[in-house]
Amino acid sequence: MDLFVSIFTATIIAATPLILAALGELIVEKSGVLNLGIEGMMLIGAAFGVWAHFAGLPMFLAVVIAVLAGMASSLLFGVLALTFMTNQYAAGLALAIFGAGVSAFIGRGFGSTPVEAIQPIDIPGLSNIPVIGEMFFHYDPLVYFSFVMFGAVSWFLYQTKAGLTLRAIGESPDSAHAIGFHVIRIRYLAVMFGGGMAGLGGAYLSLVYTPLWVENMTAGRGWIALALVVFSAWRPKRVVLGAWLFGGMTILQLQGQAMGLAIPSEVLSSLPYLATIIVLVLISQNRQAMALDFPVSLAQPFRPKG
Amino acid sequence: MILAQQQRALTMLFKIEARPEPSRQMALAAPLIATGLTIVISSIFFLTLGLNPFLTLYTFFVEPLTTKNGLSEWLLKASPLILIACGLSIGFRANVWNIGAEGQLIMGAITATGVGLFLPFQESGLLLPLMAVAGVIGGMAWAAIPAFLRDRMNTNEILVTLMLTYIAALVLSWLVHGPWRDPEGFNFPQTALLPNQGMFGVFDYAYRLNTSIFITGVVVVLTWVFTERSFLGYKMSVGGAAPSAARFAGFSSSASIWIGLLASGAAAGLAGMMEVAGPLGQLSPQISPGYGFAAIIVAFIGRLNAIGIVLGGLLLSLLYLGGESVQLSLGLPSSIALIFQGMLLFFLLASNFLINFRFRKIAMRAH
Repeated sequence: MDLFVSIFTATIIAATPLILAALGELIVEKSGVLNLGIEGMMLIGAAFGVWAHFAGLPMFLAVVIAVLAGMASSLLFGVLALTFMTNQYAAGLALAIFGAGVSAFIGRGFGSTPVEAIQPIDIPGLSNIPVIGEMFFHYDPLVYFSFVMFGAVSWFLYQTKAGLTLRAIGESPDSAHAIGFHVIRIRYLAVMFGGGMAGLGGAYLSLVYTPLWVENMTAGRGWIALALVVFSAWRPKRVVLGAWLFGGMTILQLQGQAMGLAIPSEVLSSLPYLATIIVLVLISQNRQAMALDFPVSLAQPFRPKG
Repeated sequence: MILAQQQRALTMLFKIEARPEPSRQMALAAPLIATGLTIVISSIFFLTLGLNPFLTLYTFFVEPLTTKNGLSEWLLKASPLILIACGLSIGFRANVWNIGAEGQLIMGAITATGVGLFLPFQESGLLLPLMAVAGVIGGMAWAAIPAFLRDRMNTNEILVTLMLTYIAALVLSWLVHGPWRDPEGFNFPQTALLPNQGMFGVFDYAYRLNTSIFITGVVVVLTWVFTERSFLGYKMSVGGAAPSAARFAGFSSSASIWIGLLASGAAAGLAGMMEVAGPLGQLSPQISPGYGFAAIIVAFIGRLNAIGIVLGGLLLSLLYLGGESVQLSLGLPSSIALIFQGMLLFFLLASNFLINFRFRKIAMRAH
């Protein structure tokens, strides 16, 4: 039972950076923009968070700085993809590479200095319930925040007029423009939201999960977040489900290594990547489900006519 | 009041408009503009670090090329970048996004080393060609997985090629820590050295540049012929630019997917073979400083054109050397090279805008 509880809680925690980054990218893609640079934005968030922490700022501000850094880096992509109408694949890749370089530069000197991680908070009354309290009410604030964001994103997309506008822009920017919506402006906002969320996901890694700065510490999580959006077929609920699946994969792999299974550690380490491929293949089979919520104008440059 | 009017007049002066046809001058000028902007911004960056920008730029871009060894290293590092970018450009033209050349490079290095160490041709002159074939097959096989999944299973090739890169790195790590570890290697995670017959000859024993550079030369020519002169290459580009038109003309996207991925996989695998059979001589956990990723930038800087790719490869190789050079003489972190790579690509993409659009002066209103 203890093992189950610890695997359960560890899975929730491992899934948190994925949920944050993937929810951000979901909004970006819903607006019809494909930003491949999540890995770079997460790294920038992680590095700036650690930098702010060691500059003596309180933890809350360090997280805010990470979010702002993620947003700022996403603007580089935004200017290229939205204003200069460049190939979005190339612009996203440039951001991924640039982010790896910038974060390594910012984080130099902080390597292997442990960070005082953000601590779990207890919810009075609820946290003391045996098992349940441990499983559901003993997390750091960012875990709860990721669930708030899940609710907010679902509500925004499907219950608000602004969400409808965003989806309309992703479906048909030309008609949305003809009706009088500011396609480019709204896409900028979506891209910045994605950048902020990726920065937050990165900060979660360096300030809570690991918690220290290591070069390239995201280890592909940015790309897995991108895969999660495909896996989700552009629906928020399945983003969270997918993140738990991959979080669980990571934890099982770590458990396996800790238990000293007679398999090479590399086999276990490859499981999350292998699972990503298998899940992508399975989900891609159902073309109808994939097409249902797919933002049709994804990755196509838009230039207002007239 | 007057100032406000002037400002308004100024903002009214220019208008962005689409060019009737892409500008050829701008197509040539864009990479130069991008390089120039990268140099300007990096000078400002060095200034903020309290460094003399002229000295730093000299250390970065000129000093590496002032010695014979520097020139040898320049070409040695440009060679895999150019080779891989040639392969990638074939896929990119057809909108097939192989982002995992790094993984295919690793697989090519593994298969080539396997042949070099464990096949019974160790003393034969056939060893090197066999290793090259093995490297090509290794890279192609690794790229065939995303090709199959994209073609038959409708699975996004960007994500699959990337995930396979992580897996390839783990396969390499497992081999050099486990079954292929050199029993006489003092427990270092590396294989035995390749036999002499399995190594490219160097031009001069003082420098690392070797004859594999001729292979890159041949591939550049082949790529040029394929993309600029062959009907198949033309059809693939049309398919990438206008998928529905290509389908109408009876050209399947499935062929583009397979050719695009297999060509780039083969080139990356061959590059991996050239690294182990050249400067490395054996496998270790780290065999490439990100050549597979940097080659994506090279392909774009070269505008997906073989000749442009040669220039782009030389530029990116210089960035690698410059990164090492400022690390050694000025104590700057080598991550600066990555920052420059990203920045260069940013500026290049932005200046490409000038090829299809122009700023046109519009007449000021009379009041």
